[in-house]
Amino acid sequence: MGSRASTLLREEEIEEIKKETGFSHSQITRLYSRFTSLDKGENGTLSREDFQRIPELAINPLGDRIINAFFPEGEDQVNFRGFMRTLAHFRPIEDSEKNKNTSTSEPLNSRTNKLLFAFRLYDLDRDDKISRDELLQVLRMMVGVNISDEQLGSIADRTIQEADTNGDSSISFNEFIKVLEKVDVEQKMSIRFLH
Amino acid sequence: MPALVPVRVRVTALLLLLLPLPALVASGAAGGTVGIPGSSPAAAEEHRNHGGGGYRVVQWEWTYVQTPYVIAVWLLVASVAKILFHLSQRFTTVVPESCLLILLGLALGGLVLLANEKQLYQLEPALFFLFLLPTIVGDAGYFMPARLFFDNLGAILTYAVAGTLWNAFCTGFALHAASLVGLIDRRVEAGLMDFLLFGALISAVDPVAVLAVFEEVHVNDMLFIIVFGESLLNDAVTVVLYKVYISFVEVGVENVQTADYFKGIASFLVVSVGGTLVGLVFAVLLSFITRFTKKVRIIEPLFVFLMVYLAYLTAELFSLSAILSMTFCGIGANKYVEANISQKSRTTVKYTMKTLASIAETLIFIFLGISAVDKSKWAWDTGLVACTLVFIFIFRAAGVVGQTWVLNRFRLVPLEKIDQVVMSYGGLRGAVAFALVVLLDGKRVKAKDYFVATTIVVVFFTVMFQGLTIKPLVKWLKVPRSTSRKPTINEEIHERAFDHILTAVEDIAGLQGYHHWRDKWEQFDKNHLSKLLLRKSVYRKSELWENNEKFNCSESARRSKYQLRMLRPVGGSVVPGTHGACARPPPGSLFARSFRRENGSGVCLDLQVIDNVPGGKVEEDMETHHFLAENLYKPRRRQYQSHYSRHFMPAGEKERQDREVFQRNMKSRMETFKSARHKRHKKERALKKVGRGGEGASSSRPSGRKMRPLALKRRASERSYPFASLRFSLASQGLEAVAASSQEVIGCVREHAYGNQAAHAQIRLERACVSSWVCAPCGQHSFQTTCVLRHVPVFDLKEFQNKTGKHD
Repeated sequence: MGSRASTLLREEEIEEIKKETGFSHSQITRLYSRFTSLDKGENGTLSREDFQRIPELAINPLGDRIINAFFPEGEDQVNFRGFMRTLAHFRPIEDSEKNKNTSTSEPLNSRTNKLLFAFRLYDLDRDDKISRDELLQVLRMMVGVNISDEQLGSIADRTIQEADTNGDSSISFNEFIKVLEKVDVEQKMSIRFLH
Repeated sequence: MPALVPVRVRVTALLLLLLPLPALVASGAAGGTVGIPGSSPAAAEEHRNHGGGGYRVVQWEWTYVQTPYVIAVWLLVASVAKILFHLSQRFTTVVPESCLLILLGLALGGLVLLANEKQLYQLEPALFFLFLLPTIVGDAGYFMPARLFFDNLGAILTYAVAGTLWNAFCTGFALHAASLVGLIDRRVEAGLMDFLLFGALISAVDPVAVLAVFEEVHVNDMLFIIVFGESLLNDAVTVVLYKVYISFVEVGVENVQTADYFKGIASFLVVSVGGTLVGLVFAVLLSFITRFTKKVRIIEPLFVFLMVYLAYLTAELFSLSAILSMTFCGIGANKYVEANISQKSRTTVKYTMKTLASIAETLIFIFLGISAVDKSKWAWDTGLVACTLVFIFIFRAAGVVGQTWVLNRFRLVPLEKIDQVVMSYGGLRGAVAFALVVLLDGKRVKAKDYFVATTIVVVFFTVMFQGLTIKPLVKWLKVPRSTSRKPTINEEIHERAFDHILTAVEDIAGLQGYHHWRDKWEQFDKNHLSKLLLRKSVYRKSELWENNEKFNCSESARRSKYQLRMLRPVGGSVVPGTHGACARPPPGSLFARSFRRENGSGVCLDLQVIDNVPGGKVEEDMETHHFLAENLYKPRRRQYQSHYSRHFMPAGEKERQDREVFQRNMKSRMETFKSARHKRHKKERALKKVGRGGEGASSSRPSGRKMRPLALKRRASERSYPFASLRFSLASQGLEAVAASSQEVIGCVREHAYGNQAAHAQIRLERACVSSWVCAPCGQHSFQTTCVLRHVPVFDLKEFQNKTGKHD
């Protein structure tokens, strides 16, 4: 585990990833060994099947969508950089970072970017709007099989009604942020990465 | 007139009236004979010499049936008491059962005392240590979630060893100081050693009480396992301290030498390690024996009980830590025994253990109540009692806080403040302390009676007061943290989505510690232990399974076609919860022990989940919230798994959810795969038209063949087994591809698994395995919804012949 990982991951790469994502050195090494253990084909990239092999994802309602979120638009393989970039969204926001002003581009794990990640899971066609259909699709995934479509439709309607401020029957990203402003997103979308 | 009184009340009243009667009868009869000890042989004599007195139609054979009758009556009283409590639902949610049982014991004890002027029954230490305690510990150890236990072993050991030592010494010294200062009356003639001894036995957290109370308060798994593990593992410390101090007290304080202190430390090591080893030896023996019990299925459960109990007794025999021995025997043997014995035996073992443990717990609490009433055995000193209560509470809290601070630097998932509160408040003392104090020799330890009284008070206080208040306390602590306003629908839905997202990302990032050692252990287990301890058929199945996996992996590395790549998810995730890693699945994965992931971030109460449906102003809103709360899938982190519930065996709610989600996911993956394959197929066809050649022909034929059976299969199986069809199609595709690669598929072994465990295997001598299956051993045509199907192709003729011989 130890030797193989460090030979294949060069120090410069680790530094770059550190700068980009904010993970610590040991976290990066650890995640790299996880990456390689997932990578069955041993070609340095992960495909969708590699993710699908994780059994817990098969019983997660949003499993497949989250897998898709790792892959950049239209591609079928993700390398380690992309992997880390996606995982960086879930790094907890440290207190030191909270006070930094956003002169440079926002860190990947800022509140806005976390919400953007979730928003993109709903918004499949990337038109920056969650339409009623898209919302219905997500609801359908998250709910048991014995719920009828009408019930689900009415919930979707109420959801949009609650969030929609400009009356276009869809939820834009700003509306999404606004409707979740009281939610502690920092805590709910953060994982303690072990170090 | 009777109609006015509701049925329930009438029944309760009747049962309440009847309840003390057996006790009275038993005590009366026993009193009759106990009062006249010499009468029984005399009475027997009389019976026999009855020659001239005439024939008696009915005779009073009390002495003959006395002992079993009394035992049976007490068990009956305990069981009926349980029924009574659960008649009132509202009552049981507030008051923990242990409280009620103690109160009942008090009442019964009072009755018996009134009837007989003296106490006939009390909690005998021998009865407790030899029969009641092993039942409970055995049940706990056997069903202990091993992975969670070992993940938190560091914390558990710290609290068990360091915590108990801290508590024992501090309490002992503090009490001694209190007696010097004068808080404790002079009549309590106890020196430093006596107080240290008392401190040792009163400071151990009790497994029985912890189980009883924590069952009502639903804390998250990790917290529960830490407290419960601590209560089990501190037995070694308690045993050693107790014995050491007893010997010190006997010898006298002046004669204690420094060598004795070192002997004490050495004895701790011997006791704990020795106890564990004894347990592990018995675990290996038990697993080994169950390997050969195929022909004697009916007595399989008996082996389990016997060996676990023998582990306990053997450790007691050598004065090692019996609880440790039994716990590790259970933990060690569980995996292999569950794999080896039949499904019915598994159910039998589970139910019997739970029944016995439940009854033992009930008896313990009732007898605690009864024993308290007997005034002759204890003496009251307010100072001692008050000081003890205060000290144990303070030192427990201080100990927990201190140790947590140290542990959090090393732990992967830190323990929050609320966890610490629950841990310090949940450090309950129980029957073990009471039994130990009763065992003291009154002549050597002059203050025994005072100690007994204090122990009774402490035990009652912790079990009843702390048991009653822990639930509201936790609820109260939790509420300020969460917002008390009504969450909007958006918030509810999106928060739930966040939970799912987080769970998924955690799984992707593989956030579980101790990978290295666990991997090593699993390798060792697979290569040596499983070969030795698992049944041949079971082991081979797991081997075959692995070969399948390996084959798929290596094949896919060589070939770059879609077919096999799609087979892997099937292979990996067919049984939810298996360790689908291609390289080395642990052999236990075949039986899909579902992972219990740690939920370290905060106490999770199911109260919280209920609280999420607040009172709404608008009716419709309430309805929607309620609807959502009930129907949204629960993420794994929030779920409360009641391992130790003796009241309810939770139905497969989680399994239902898992199955539905799994089915959906597989379907959608199938759709994407098919559409992608279709596109590719079109591309291939187009390419073929452009450039003919042998390559084109050979590549088209397998794909052509693939299309047909796929269509056939979908029709045939989707008709009646929608859940099965998915796997069938995918698997047969893999088969076809395999066949195309010039390996002869002799047949397929279809494993028919109930729920999580493989139960039957059935052979079919066809290449394409299209038509419907009948499971030979159980003769079923259709598969139950709990069945999980796997398609395991067999490539070797010899292997196939071997497999046809074995049907289990």
